[in-house]
Amino acid sequence: MSGGGTGVGGGFEGTHAIGEAEAEEPTHFAFDADSEAQIAKIVARYPEGRQASAVIATLYIAQKQMGRLTGSAWVPRIAMDAVAARLSMPPVRVYEVATFYFMFNTKPIGKFHLQVCGTTPCWLRGSDDVMRACKEAGHLKGYGDTSADGLFTMTEVECLGGCVNAPVLQVDDDYYEDMDYESTVKLIEALKRGERPAPGSVIGRQTSAPEGGPMVLTGSEE
Amino acid sequence: MALADKDRIFTNLYGTQPWNLQAARMRGDWDGTAAILAKGRDWIVEEMKQSGLRGRGGAGFPTGLKWSFMPKERPADGRPVYLVVNADESEPGTCKDRDILRHDPHKLVEGCLIAGMAMGATAGYIYYRGEYFNEGNILQAAIDEAYEAGLLGKNACGSGYDFELYSHRGAGAYICGEETALIESLEGKKGMPRMKPPFPAAVGLYGCPSTVNNVETIAVVPTILRRGAGWFAGFGRPKNSGTKIFCLQGHVNKPCNVEAEMSIPLRELIDRYAGGVRGGWDNLLAVIPGGSSTPMIPKSVCDDVLMDFDALREHKTGLGTAGVIVMDKSTDLIKAIQRLSAFYKHESCGQCTPCREGMGWVNRVMLRMVEGRAEIDEIDVLEQVTRQIEGHTICALADGGVWPVQGLIRHFRPMMEERIAAYRAAHFPMAAE
Ligand SMILES: Cc1cc2nc3c(=O)[nH]c(=O)nc-3n(C[C@H](O)[C@H](O)[C@H](O)COP(=O)(O)O)c2cc1C
Ligand code: SF4
Ligand code: FES
Repeated sequence: MSGGGTGVGGGFEGTHAIGEAEAEEPTHFAFDADSEAQIAKIVARYPEGRQASAVIATLYIAQKQMGRLTGSAWVPRIAMDAVAARLSMPPVRVYEVATFYFMFNTKPIGKFHLQVCGTTPCWLRGSDDVMRACKEAGHLKGYGDTSADGLFTMTEVECLGGCVNAPVLQVDDDYYEDMDYESTVKLIEALKRGERPAPGSVIGRQTSAPEGGPMVLTGSEE
Repeated sequence: MALADKDRIFTNLYGTQPWNLQAARMRGDWDGTAAILAKGRDWIVEEMKQSGLRGRGGAGFPTGLKWSFMPKERPADGRPVYLVVNADESEPGTCKDRDILRHDPHKLVEGCLIAGMAMGATAGYIYYRGEYFNEGNILQAAIDEAYEAGLLGKNACGSGYDFELYSHRGAGAYICGEETALIESLEGKKGMPRMKPPFPAAVGLYGCPSTVNNVETIAVVPTILRRGAGWFAGFGRPKNSGTKIFCLQGHVNKPCNVEAEMSIPLRELIDRYAGGVRGGWDNLLAVIPGGSSTPMIPKSVCDDVLMDFDALREHKTGLGTAGVIVMDKSTDLIKAIQRLSAFYKHESCGQCTPCREGMGWVNRVMLRMVEGRAEIDEIDVLEQVTRQIEGHTICALADGGVWPVQGLIRHFRPMMEERIAAYRAAHFPMAAE
């Protein structure tokens, strides 16, 4: 859903279909009304003159807007310039931030971002199988690849902070936990069908409680 | 005797109840907060000192003492004073703050008000890691609820004290958990650690006096003040007080988070709460006791070590974040540590040469060690290089990056040597004869 009210939504002339080898930079980017409303709220959290503090949040808003309007959530250079203008920052400061942090996609990505945690706690519990399942079911060559149909991009990420539910696979903003080869394939097939299975433990655990139910906080003590 | 539920602080750790204000109040949050604030700064800081609480972010610095470093008076030039809460939680093996953010956010919000008041702060920022998108939304909703109920803002809680609280989302960089990198990031810059001194208590966020505390540190404050410093200090050994959330993972039968008493024996922790080691205790090979930066300990140490700051330090490791990574006998320990080396290489911010170059070098050597494609005396070279990196950088990321390798060499050098010998036998059969 595009804000559209200001007449700037959808101004992404020049974007090519995702999956093409050389994605062109869009020639135009402007925040839509949706995004503007969010930015105003965020900037208000910081003291007068400290609006640069909102740079990460504003980059996310740009990335989300790209996702909303083009199907690929990334931040082109021209969007970084819009962030700089909106926050009265030199553009180079915004480029620095956009490239320093790992969660900004500076190139187009697939419709679904498969982020496989490969750090030791997940590796100990089978993250290699999760990666293999993503590769096979998503038709991906390896990390960094986007499938030819533009549906999936697979990235290896570092510890997601969900280690007691390892291995963890993050799809866009959601964590899928306690994964294995089969459950990963199942998830990817569901995404292809346009479904969004509920995030969390795929083996039905109550969040970080042990399998089979909590051993403490059961209310059994007086 | 095991910790009883009545002595658990995080009674909604698993999210079996709603996180919202109404449910939080039923659990005892926001009960008599104004009365606690009315006792004043000095009383709160003194009570925190008496409780023995040590920071839950990894370094274990005494919390009350840290708060006492903040200026006693508001700066004469009218500059604000800040509380900054570290919810970056990116140390591999650590996933406890996540449960507080999503299941018990009001403990954190109330803790921010009390801690903020105790250090004379005018506002607080909670910096959460970018990947915790859903958790961050819950946190913000809890903050909104608190404002609506008059618990935050002007005359917060009817205390006569004004306090603003905001959430702030990061964007995926482990280094932003380091307190000065976190401050840089909050200011809208790359997350590059600052030289200390000056310490944040003098020059922190926007150049103003600031204190950075971990989520769990702040979230336990209201309960400690309600139940009394003596109650909290009654758990664990002296100087290691309290209850603590442990993250039990890896090769255990039932990985989980659990709040237990400090100084609990490691074996009891694993057996009682995580269903034991996969294949039984005798199938244990080694444990990384406190998140990825803490050196591993072999089974012989695990047999009777206590889980607290001082006991683990005696074994040249640490409690860190209490992320307990269990590895059974099927584990390729060299590979497990190499993957951590890759992590630190990936996360180095690059401003110090020993870290930027060293993390890459260590990872490359470790990759060869995994194969065994190395000389025996390269193990010594590796060890020496880690000693040269340690303590020679702006922040502790590099230390945390080399400690796991040192732990491997300390306890499992024969395994590394065997790997090298096996590689030789496979690739140079003539030479082996
Ligand atoms: C590389 C690095 C990463 C860190 N990451 C975190 C983190 O994610 N969360 C945290 O609370 N502390 C982290 N710390 C420790 C903080 O610098 C700081 O000591 C801590 O937030 C203080 O809070 P406490 O006194 O309540 O423990 C990190 C330190 C280093 C050197
Ligand atoms: S030690 Fe590493 S992470 Fe820390 S400041 Fe230096 S280069 Fe950056
Ligand atoms: S190692 Fe994967 S979530 Fe921590």
